[in-house]
Amino acid sequence: MSARKKTTIIAAACLLVSLSGSILIAQHVERIRPHDIVDDALYITSSKMVRRASLGFDGLMACIYWTRAVQYFGHRHFIRERSYNELGPLLEITTALDPHLLPAYQFGATFLAPAPPNGAGQPERAVELMYYGIEHNPENWRLYYDLGFVYYTELHDYKKAGEVFEEGSNVPGAHPFLKVLAASMAEHAQDFSTARLLWSAAYQSSQDTSIRQNALEHLRAIQVDEDVTNLQNAVTRFVQANRRLPTSLWEVVTAEHWQGLTVDPDGIPYELSFDGKVLVAHPDDFPFATLGLPPGYKPTPKFHTQG
Amino acid sequence: MNARIAYIASNTFREAVRDRVLYNLIAFAVLLSAAAIFIGQISIEIERLVVINLGLTAVSLFGVVIAIFVGIGLVSKEIEKRTLYTVLSRPVRRWEFIVGKFFGLAGTLVVNTFFMAIGVFGALLYVAHRFSSGDSSILIALYFIILEFLIVCALALLFSSFSSPLLSAIFAFSLFVIGSFADDLRGFATLTHGLTRWIATGAAYIVPNFSTLNVISAAAHQQAISWQLVAENTLYAVFYAAMALSGAILIFERRNLK
Repeated sequence: MSARKKTTIIAAACLLVSLSGSILIAQHVERIRPHDIVDDALYITSSKMVRRASLGFDGLMACIYWTRAVQYFGHRHFIRERSYNELGPLLEITTALDPHLLPAYQFGATFLAPAPPNGAGQPERAVELMYYGIEHNPENWRLYYDLGFVYYTELHDYKKAGEVFEEGSNVPGAHPFLKVLAASMAEHAQDFSTARLLWSAAYQSSQDTSIRQNALEHLRAIQVDEDVTNLQNAVTRFVQANRRLPTSLWEVVTAEHWQGLTVDPDGIPYELSFDGKVLVAHPDDFPFATLGLPPGYKPTPKFHTQG
Repeated sequence: MNARIAYIASNTFREAVRDRVLYNLIAFAVLLSAAAIFIGQISIEIERLVVINLGLTAVSLFGVVIAIFVGIGLVSKEIEKRTLYTVLSRPVRRWEFIVGKFFGLAGTLVVNTFFMAIGVFGALLYVAHRFSSGDSSILIALYFIILEFLIVCALALLFSSFSSPLLSAIFAFSLFVIGSFADDLRGFATLTHGLTRWIATGAAYIVPNFSTLNVISAAAHQQAISWQLVAENTLYAVFYAAMALSGAILIFERRNLK
């Protein structure tokens, strides 16, 4: 073997050993480092500073900050954290860097508005974000729709929601359902049919899988809430007529002359508790349902896997 | 262009290729492919935007780095290797040497940008599955990036005509950074008064205005870019590059090469 070949083999071996060693040590260091401190830090909170530092490449910087916001929310949502302190600033920096980055408004509001554990519980901040988006993208009717959505679902300000839907319906090219939604807000804001209309519109107007899945989950939850309301009313009527609680829902079905037991969207019959409350059999399968939940039940954030 | 300038330009191009300048295309291809594949998995609905923003930013930054680091060596390396004396002993004027070097480097960057543009459009096709008419603004953004290169090349040559390679690199890069804030500089100038205002405004107009050549965000959002801006940016870049090149020629003509 020539001296050159020998050197090559030894150098290659050294390279592989050093590379493996450095990777192993890096992995060990990762494990012993306190991650939470790093994850929760936003070193530059000023959007102007970030814009300056980007040397004019603010579009790319906005994409990076948007990805950071998604990762931040996703990670904290996954580990069931209830505080999202950096989410607002991350979204504000993202949209200041690129005011035309529409996903940051549409998804950002979805992250900010809902109460924990499904979101950051900051609907007012979501509203501010959406107004900023509308100010910079007045031709985009979807932003009005998303803003109205926040007013309707989180702030329960149906008047304001109606106004925003109405305003959005005047944008050229706006989807006709905005007019319908504006009218529904005025008269039947709290009806299940209005909520169903709103989420059906969200489902139909988006191509994004996560938005459609979220809308589907809400539609399933609305179905559960409506079923539980109807069943509970039937139970109340039964009590008034018989001066006792029904022993099972079958008794209620017979008294009401229904065809059979009412089932949830998964086809599983509802249950009756010993104190006459109508309950859904598997509450974890309906994370957005507000009725029919066992006493003290805490929702687990998860999405149903079957459409 | 006369034959001597063309010859120096082609030699400069060949030398850059021989110096493996175009190897940056490999890094660019890896960067863009990785972004196109992975961004969809870690972010939401910005795959297309990332490919355009990252692609055009990389084209711009890679090009500026090449323009500065190759540009600063164009004159000094020839002096160091003493090949400049061989060139100038022939019927080649000093200004022809500078202009030839400029066109050679500019040609290298245009070729580099051409291949990177193919990469950007390839990645875009991968994530969006089709092109739309709005994507034509990417071509304008690429054209503006080439105009930016012309200015940076001319500046690098200007600094290398009188300074050491290290200082030339610092000067050129500093001017690139300052030029990126040109709009802000003009804004600051309006806040001042009297003589300070005159000086600040003058300084703001002397530095190259790179911010007007940056339409990457507009291209990413498929916003229309006016033909007036294209025409005026073209004229601006030609005038600015000609100004820097004239400065380089003036200095180099008087430089004592002994």
